[in-house]
Amino acid sequence: MNSDLLVYVPGFLHASWLVFSITVLVIVVSWICGLAAALGKTSSFAPVRWLSTFYIWFIRGTPTLIQVFIVYFGFPQLGLKLSPFVAGVLALGVNSGAYVAEIIRSGLTAIPKGQMESAMALGISRRKTMTTIILPQVFRIILPPLTNEAITCLKNTSLLSTITVMELTLYSQVLIATTFRPFQFYIATAVIYLIMTTVLSQLSAYLERRNMRSAA
Amino acid sequence: MTRSEQPQDGTPLLKLQNIEKSFGDVKVLKGVSVEVERGEIVAIIGGSGSGKSTLLRCVNLMEVPSAGRIEFQNFVAEFAEGRKNKISGEHLRQLRTQIGMVFQSYNLWPHKTVMENVMHAPMIVKGVSRRDAAEQAEQLLARIGLAERRNHYPSQLSGGQQQRVAIVRALAMQPKAMLFDEVTSALDPELVGEVLSLMAELANEGMTMLIVTHEIAFAREVSSRTLFFDQGVIAESGPSKELLRNPQSDRMRQFLSRVLHETY
Ligand SMILES: Nc1ncnc2c1ncn2[C@@H]1O[C@H](COP(=O)(O)OP(=O)(O)O)[C@@H](O)[C@H]1O
Ligand SMILES: [Mg+2]
Repeated sequence: MNSDLLVYVPGFLHASWLVFSITVLVIVVSWICGLAAALGKTSSFAPVRWLSTFYIWFIRGTPTLIQVFIVYFGFPQLGLKLSPFVAGVLALGVNSGAYVAEIIRSGLTAIPKGQMESAMALGISRRKTMTTIILPQVFRIILPPLTNEAITCLKNTSLLSTITVMELTLYSQVLIATTFRPFQFYIATAVIYLIMTTVLSQLSAYLERRNMRSAA
Repeated sequence: MTRSEQPQDGTPLLKLQNIEKSFGDVKVLKGVSVEVERGEIVAIIGGSGSGKSTLLRCVNLMEVPSAGRIEFQNFVAEFAEGRKNKISGEHLRQLRTQIGMVFQSYNLWPHKTVMENVMHAPMIVKGVSRRDAAEQAEQLLARIGLAERRNHYPSQLSGGQQQRVAIVRALAMQPKAMLFDEVTSALDPELVGEVLSLMAELANEGMTMLIVTHEIAFAREVSSRTLFFDQGVIAESGPSKELLRNPQSDRMRQFLSRVLHETY
């Protein structure tokens, strides 16, 4: 039974590559949105604070799948027609950004107030304080929850099977439709996801160990 | 090292006039006036909550006074109740690069090495080149005997070492004056001495310093003048040697006997 499955390996590899590249792009969008919303929540300009709060509230309070549908099926009605790939990256990225914003916010509150104060006393500008002192420390605190979120992003790419992105899940469904072997193909698919998520968490464990040398 | 170049021309380096500060309805400073000459060492003592930290934080405008006037060299700022007391970020930064401040918690940058801690602010605030910043940091670390620890991280140093690095980090900005807010209060007793002797050295070199402290013996030795704070005003002041031996008010007498008999 196993040898004839080998013919599907190139197809699986291609679908896996798609999952990987979508995940990378989603994470980029997610960090940008997350950072903007986290800093927006601390802004001295009230409308920016409201916008950030609304964004986080809306995203965390609605199903990810509905958000994907809104972007892919809903936006064209507003004149914004996106390819399945772009709509998927956008929806998942904006979705994850709300969670990343909360992660960053919890990281920010973990930095002692004295860090801000000392930077202020040295005449360091607010922006430089953030980029050179606060955020680098925040980053190493939030690396573990950030990894979890990246793993969620990777798994969420399977939702894009519903909007015709030929990633791993949709690919295996298509094969199953012709081969009638759901067990083998879904197990194979699960194993591929597992390999990718394991690599991600190993990578983060490595980064964390490297950081540990300086932080205590 | 950071000896003030200006001649003693009679005008004080720092002049605070009738500084008031309220947080909401609570008036924490109720009209404080102090003049500090170049090279002068002023000690500030007083009970917890009497407004000592708030005063220091008003000097470099980390707190904006509700009322009063601050002069520091060419910098002049006036504040009044009910007025929007806004000062441009550029002016604030200029003032702060000229006034160093050290806190009770050392607040070193934990993600940077000792060396980088000392180099960072001169480079990003004053645009000093990496090479010059490194050279200066080497000298400053050598002076406090921590040159061979340059590549260590703050968490690998003792509290006393961290606080001394925090002091030279402030000195790296080449300030004209230094503010110290209970910088030995968080230290184990056996580590207090090394920090105080560094401060005494700075005093000898002519640095202008405002020192909030509970170390009465140190204040008597090193400072020329002592201010006793009580409930947001300077309740007593005078030459340290006399005032600390012979306070006039009961409040100050009580305060002194309390801190002098405090054992760790
Ligand atoms: N940011 C602030 N907001 C509200 N109250 C404050 C703030 N900072 C200081 N206070 C209050 O001001 C008073 C004086 O504080 P502080 O200047 O720190 O006293 P000290 O340094 O003499 O112990 C205290 O009652 C303190 O609670
Ligand atoms: Mg205080």
